[in-house]
Amino acid sequence: MKLITDFRNSELSLRLIRKIEDESVSECNYSIMEVCGTHTVSIFKYGIRSVLPENVELISGPGCPVCVTSQGEIDAIFRIVNNNDISLLTFGDLMKVTGSNGENLIDLRSEGKDIRVLLSPLDAVKTAAREPDRQFVFVGIGFETTAPAIASALLEAKKMGISNFSILPYCKTMPEVLGCLLDDPKLDIKGFLCPGHVSVVTGKKIFQPLAQRGRAAVITGFEPLDILSSLLHIIRQVNSGDYCVYNNYSRVVDNAGNEKAVQIMNTVFKPSPAFWRGLGELDGSGLGLKEEFSAFNSLEKFNVKVPRINEKKGCRCGDVLKGYIRPNLCPLYGKQCTPENPVGPCMVSSEGACAAYYKFN
Amino acid sequence: MCLGLPGKIVEKDEFSAVVDIGGNKREVSLMMLPEEVQTGDYVMVHVGFAISKMDPEEAKKTLETIMEIADEIDY
Repeated sequence: MKLITDFRNSELSLRLIRKIEDESVSECNYSIMEVCGTHTVSIFKYGIRSVLPENVELISGPGCPVCVTSQGEIDAIFRIVNNNDISLLTFGDLMKVTGSNGENLIDLRSEGKDIRVLLSPLDAVKTAAREPDRQFVFVGIGFETTAPAIASALLEAKKMGISNFSILPYCKTMPEVLGCLLDDPKLDIKGFLCPGHVSVVTGKKIFQPLAQRGRAAVITGFEPLDILSSLLHIIRQVNSGDYCVYNNYSRVVDNAGNEKAVQIMNTVFKPSPAFWRGLGELDGSGLGLKEEFSAFNSLEKFNVKVPRINEKKGCRCGDVLKGYIRPNLCPLYGKQCTPENPVGPCMVSSEGACAAYYKFN
Repeated sequence: MCLGLPGKIVEKDEFSAVVDIGGNKREVSLMMLPEEVQTGDYVMVHVGFAISKMDPEEAKKTLETIMEIADEIDY
């Protein structure tokens, strides 16, 4: 399909790499954060770091929902699974995440727990409708890209009068975490590759504070030409000091976002405090269920508390997520922590910085 | 997690469509799409929902811009 293959043109990629070399000023350190986990994977897959000048540095950010889910929220999943009357429905990304006691969903499933992997939250509602005598809990993780889909599933469940379905409301939103990164004096980020599919829903406006605070911000797709041309746009914004939010993914992202998706999301969810791995609690950065949907909250329905738990000893996922360190500087990386036996979630999720670093280095 | 897969609409009714994603046919919900789509259009699919109609004209414009910025001569 030309909408994809045209953006993989190698000759044009080479020309962009040369332009990046030419236009990056040697005295300037261009530290650029790719916020989205899918960008992290694309950047590794296409070997983009290896073709950039030394002073154009890409830092992975907190844009993998599995990775930023707090240990307490993960442990609450295992508390739910302990109840044999409940079947757990989840995206596949969570299957290898480990609880505080070292347990994971793959092992628990092989021990007989009813844990099912689904591709869509709508399938979760259909499953619950097919088996009305069992309780089903869907792990509702994701950013603004995924939250409207989970909200749609809840609207559908409500419309169908399904009472044996509920969700763990773990969705998180981007603006607050971006603000947190900008406020961090230890991070000196010059520009952001803004997440393409979050932007489909939110549009440009959530990234305006980045430009207002003197950072380059470019909404970016996932092919090599998308990423390389966005890096060149960022370098040009930094060099000129003229900062704006540039939509470099307009074949998919409307500047105004998808208002219908936002409306669906806002019908079901409301801003709430959320606890992020490595970043702590951020006000208004989570999506809690509105009062009229509280019957769909698994935590309330089954009286499960989300424990306040620190990260595992030695695991530096938090520092990786904040861009303080590269994955290989964590003492557990490649030794106790590998994709086969992950300790922290950044090694679990295929979009985690540690897993991508391990696979492609 | 925010992975989107581009797919071509091969069948559709009011609320859902069958899309071809790299040769695999998949049913997706259209309830989140703000604009009308027709058979033959491309949509970005995320967890069972079409979240955006892809715009070939915008793709062309972006490619043209990329070609321009790659060819600009430094002074």
